[in-house]
Amino acid sequence: MTTRIERHHYDVVVIGAGGAGLRAAIEARLAGKKTAIISKSLFGKAHTVMAEGGAAAAMGNVNSRDNWMVHFGDTMRGGKFLNNFRMAELHAKEAPERIWELETYGALFDRTKDGKISQRNFGGHEYPRLAHVGDRTGLELIRTLQQKIVSLQQEDFAETGSYDSRIRVFAETTITELLLEGDRIAGAFGYYRETGEFILLEAPAVVLATGGVGRSYKVTSNSWEYTGDGHALALRAGATLINMEFLQFHPTGMVWPPSVKGILVTESVRGDGGVLRNSDGKRFMFDYVPDVFRHQYADTEEEADRWYTDPDNNRRPPELLPRDEVARAINSEVKAGRGTKSGGVFLDVSTRMPAETITRRLPSMYHQFKELADVDITKEPMEVGPTCHYVMGGVEVDPDSGAAFGHVEGLFAAGEVSGGMHGSNRLGGNSLSDLLVFGKRAGEHAAAYTDALPKRPKVATADVEAAVDTALAPLSRENGENPYTLQQDLQAVMGDLVGIIRREAELTDALKRLQELKVRVANVGAAGGRQYNPGWHLALDLRNMLVVSECTAKAALEREESRGGHTREDFPKMSPEWRKVNLVCSLDEAGDVHLERKPLPKMRDELLGLFKRSELSKYLTDEELAEFDAITTEAN
Amino acid sequence: MKRHFRIWRGDSSGGEIRDFQVEVNEGEVVLDAIHRLQATEAPDLACRWNCKAGKCGSCSMEINGKPRLSCMTRMSTFEENETVTITPLRTFPVIRDLVTDVSFNYEKARETPAFAPPKGVAPGDYRMKQVDVERSQEFRKCIECFLCQNTCHVVRDHEENKKAFSGPRFFIRAAELDMHPLDDRTDRKEYAQASQGLGYCNITKCCTEVCPEHIKITDNAIIPMKERVVDRRYDPLVWLGRKIFRRDQLDDSNGHGSHGHGSHGNSTGGSGQSMAPSTSEGVTGVAAGLGKSGAPLPTAPALNPDGRLDVAELLAERPGGPSPFGDDQQFPLPNVTYNHPEPGKD
Amino acid sequence: MTTTATRPDAGRARAAIAARTLRTDRWWIPPLVTFVGLSAWVIYATVRVFMHKWYYVDQYHYLTPFYSPCLTDRCVEGSAEFGTPLPSFWLIPEAALTLPFLLLFRLTCYYYRKAYYRAFWLSPPACAVPDGHKKYTGETRFPLIFQNVHRYAFYAAAIISVINTWDAVVAFQSGEKFGFGLGNIVLVINVVMLWAYTVSCHSCRHIVAGRLKHFSKHPVRYRFWVFVSKLNAKHMQLAWITLGTLALTDFYVMAVSAGWFSDLRFIN
Repeated sequence: MTTRIERHHYDVVVIGAGGAGLRAAIEARLAGKKTAIISKSLFGKAHTVMAEGGAAAAMGNVNSRDNWMVHFGDTMRGGKFLNNFRMAELHAKEAPERIWELETYGALFDRTKDGKISQRNFGGHEYPRLAHVGDRTGLELIRTLQQKIVSLQQEDFAETGSYDSRIRVFAETTITELLLEGDRIAGAFGYYRETGEFILLEAPAVVLATGGVGRSYKVTSNSWEYTGDGHALALRAGATLINMEFLQFHPTGMVWPPSVKGILVTESVRGDGGVLRNSDGKRFMFDYVPDVFRHQYADTEEEADRWYTDPDNNRRPPELLPRDEVARAINSEVKAGRGTKSGGVFLDVSTRMPAETITRRLPSMYHQFKELADVDITKEPMEVGPTCHYVMGGVEVDPDSGAAFGHVEGLFAAGEVSGGMHGSNRLGGNSLSDLLVFGKRAGEHAAAYTDALPKRPKVATADVEAAVDTALAPLSRENGENPYTLQQDLQAVMGDLVGIIRREAELTDALKRLQELKVRVANVGAAGGRQYNPGWHLALDLRNMLVVSECTAKAALEREESRGGHTREDFPKMSPEWRKVNLVCSLDEAGDVHLERKPLPKMRDELLGLFKRSELSKYLTDEELAEFDAITTEAN
Repeated sequence: MKRHFRIWRGDSSGGEIRDFQVEVNEGEVVLDAIHRLQATEAPDLACRWNCKAGKCGSCSMEINGKPRLSCMTRMSTFEENETVTITPLRTFPVIRDLVTDVSFNYEKARETPAFAPPKGVAPGDYRMKQVDVERSQEFRKCIECFLCQNTCHVVRDHEENKKAFSGPRFFIRAAELDMHPLDDRTDRKEYAQASQGLGYCNITKCCTEVCPEHIKITDNAIIPMKERVVDRRYDPLVWLGRKIFRRDQLDDSNGHGSHGHGSHGNSTGGSGQSMAPSTSEGVTGVAAGLGKSGAPLPTAPALNPDGRLDVAELLAERPGGPSPFGDDQQFPLPNVTYNHPEPGKD
Repeated sequence: MTTTATRPDAGRARAAIAARTLRTDRWWIPPLVTFVGLSAWVIYATVRVFMHKWYYVDQYHYLTPFYSPCLTDRCVEGSAEFGTPLPSFWLIPEAALTLPFLLLFRLTCYYYRKAYYRAFWLSPPACAVPDGHKKYTGETRFPLIFQNVHRYAFYAAAIISVINTWDAVVAFQSGEKFGFGLGNIVLVINVVMLWAYTVSCHSCRHIVAGRLKHFSKHPVRYRFWVFVSKLNAKHMQLAWITLGTLALTDFYVMAVSAGWFSDLRFIN
């Protein structure tokens, strides 16, 4: 059988057209590299549009006491000190510049009275820090970057007569395989969704920016694109994944009506005064403040309510606890039988603000509930529950360059697909700034990598043929299994057994079932031709979802503690010993997942010195605390 | 409960509306029914979707003849025994089933001059007042579902206008930039008039009617842009002022206010970037060769040899105004002929 | 090669859908209502304008807006406030200098344009219903490019609204004394509505501040703009309301003038 394959040559191929991907592509193009952007859906539809709250950056526009050190501290605290400290540091330092840069691309953030970018409060952030546009910040970000790319294309057009001469977007294109020469990236192979025809992009550097893995879960805020493609591509290319056990369940996803189950209710609903109540009408979050946070959060409703107007003299309401705490609290309430009929709790703004304020401050929330659920949030409470939202884990990368670890060269990762930045739990608003900071870095270093390369790696014909065969296989299986059934089964395994609260027996069971699924996925079939065939597309995505799910399950079984986005019922406590450990996933030749422990990089002394001893004592081992004491006495 | 659906299936070579019975539960939307159909009877039914929350604008289609987002169309809005007919967007070439080739929009986007940052203002030093950014912010709510582009009769019913007409989505883009407090270009209105085909719009407001983000496209973008064009081109008082103070020559020497009859590529903006429309070969070819003669282009009033408007034309012998229906039209309308493009007969 | 969803493949066809429109609702009702409403009004107004009688109630100084200002030699005693420069010829309306501008103002109004393009010209009759014409060039060329004189017509309409206001004020005299009757209320409501319609015009919204790039530098104009914008959102309603009040006012004056019924007087 002859197969037509379209060939292209690029310097940098960016897989993923969300915030991180576009930012990386802009940077690579600005460095003079011929850049391709691969977008699984249409240009500008990426999942980044779903981010509502804002982008965290310590600009200090609203509260001048804010600075990168405070932001760094908040990020580490949120991630339970499991973050890669260097990434958190770079992120906190560079986020303001990246936001300001967006304004030069044409972004229009909400303004303060003196005309600066307005910043809002958000869970886990000490000061108002989130640059925002109403509650559609993600849309603004993606549109701005999209328009910047168009503007670069216009510049190229003026110069060369072709819009695509230096930067080109391949929309509705999926990459199924990365091709290597030895350990070096040589290209990427994929197909146009629309026609089913194959495409080969030969390029020495690939930036992964494919986002997360949420589609493996039953209740998720993620779109169909989030099948862990980047994670799986990286694994198969020889890179490693870290922290895969940490999945963030957003505490407030819609639970009714069924069609929109999982869709997010932004945290700013709580930041702006929304409160959580169970079916008894009790504001239950006061019962769930962990000891580590006790001194920062209010004990009484009165104090909590005063905080909205006078944050300096009052402690914050417990509704603003980090996401994992809120998610767990809701989960406990529902399990204790105090939830709503649809398995959620009530989130209420209607009794706390005038209708006009609600529609002004939360316009798209109002819009979303009105149109999707026929619920008027200015009149009645919302029904919310935890939904799979974000994966903290991802490709293990060098903090400064975004280059993937493991035995592969020329592979970079940024955004949700990379791991380490957020530790065990991500703070709201940190993902948008993460995209920008590390997207830029990955693009920059991918460009630099191609410069330093003595000669371009070559794609081996045999590899391409193998990729073609793998891709076409489901189409030729006459009696293959229905991919939709397989996806549902996978979602059931992950949702029920590797969900928000985990147990050893269930995880073992999950691993067994994943092995069974692996066999079935190898026999998946898709009817219909190659032209825009969603069944076929899903069949190809399934193997990615499966391998990533296996990493998650294995790591979840291995880590015997509860921390951030990983809660083990049989090990409910956070363990300082486990804090020193990263769990690293890799794939062997046979396609089996391997897990190993790796020590967490040690924080630099001056960064450690930013924290109080009393705080560190909750996270660090005695030895580490002794070291800390030695540093501080030395400094004095 | 089983509900009756009629869904168009096929591709560019042809297709037909097929009948399906689909289980529908309480609280579901049309997209859920399509997904159920994919998971059961028709795994290869092509349909775009992403966020399922009305935020990405992927799942545009026509439901019972109306351009809608299928994720935002609740099944409860139909009668229980009502048949739901789902077809792809009519204005764009079909790829397969409910998926259409919307590249027309991306080509037009590429031709619209980008934001021009103010010179000498460093990142971080941008200062804008909330009241000044609010108008543009409304337009930035756009999720690019292209329902407005699809419903606009200028291109929906007249394929030949695609060359000269950018559509409502890009009028709001032009308006957004023209109202942006720090945008450095001053020629957005001229561009909208000469290159985007603003004059084709006859403000019948269908774009506003279908906008899922409820952007007041016509009232807040298109009409203000038309008025801004009038400021420069048609307002007799402005014209008189220009004539008396001879500002027109000053302006023209700056390259603004080009007098071309929709001629392209001859007007330059403040930033000196070319805002010439595409000459690239587009996917559908619709945007290719824009500005070549043949197709009806936006027409400015006739000019004198010196390149200025003739006062006589503005004060023409029509105190009651021209017939809005064209002077050659008879009433009542003789046999009204519906004209809808037929496949393969373009 | 493009940045788009698709690869070069010229000549792709649209979906082959036999039905011209698949809309199941009664989409033809709004254009039909508009058609009937506007036609009825135009017929009434035409008949009245060329009737040349029953337009003035001398006793109470009621002048119908259709004849204001009355400028021909034929104008009855007291109705001509601004002289009678025009000859009496049946084709010349009494208000020959203002009616054309009022007509122009409404013909070029952004709302009426929508209404008659849909209801009369069927271009398009309703959203997602095919255009009734094979060719379409919109407002890009002669004659429809003249829709752009709306701005000018607005200036004229504003002046005419002042005249109408004057008529309503003058009407507060009965003979030589102050007087007040139902006719005054009708006249005043009409004038208020005319002002509301005129001020809510899109051109007005543009002139007061819409054309500015920085609202923050012109706080007063911005407040005007906010006010006009609020009215502007009701432009369609005001357009219909004023058609109603105009016809009603005219009819009232005609009836009193013809003696079909007498004015209800509250004072004098």
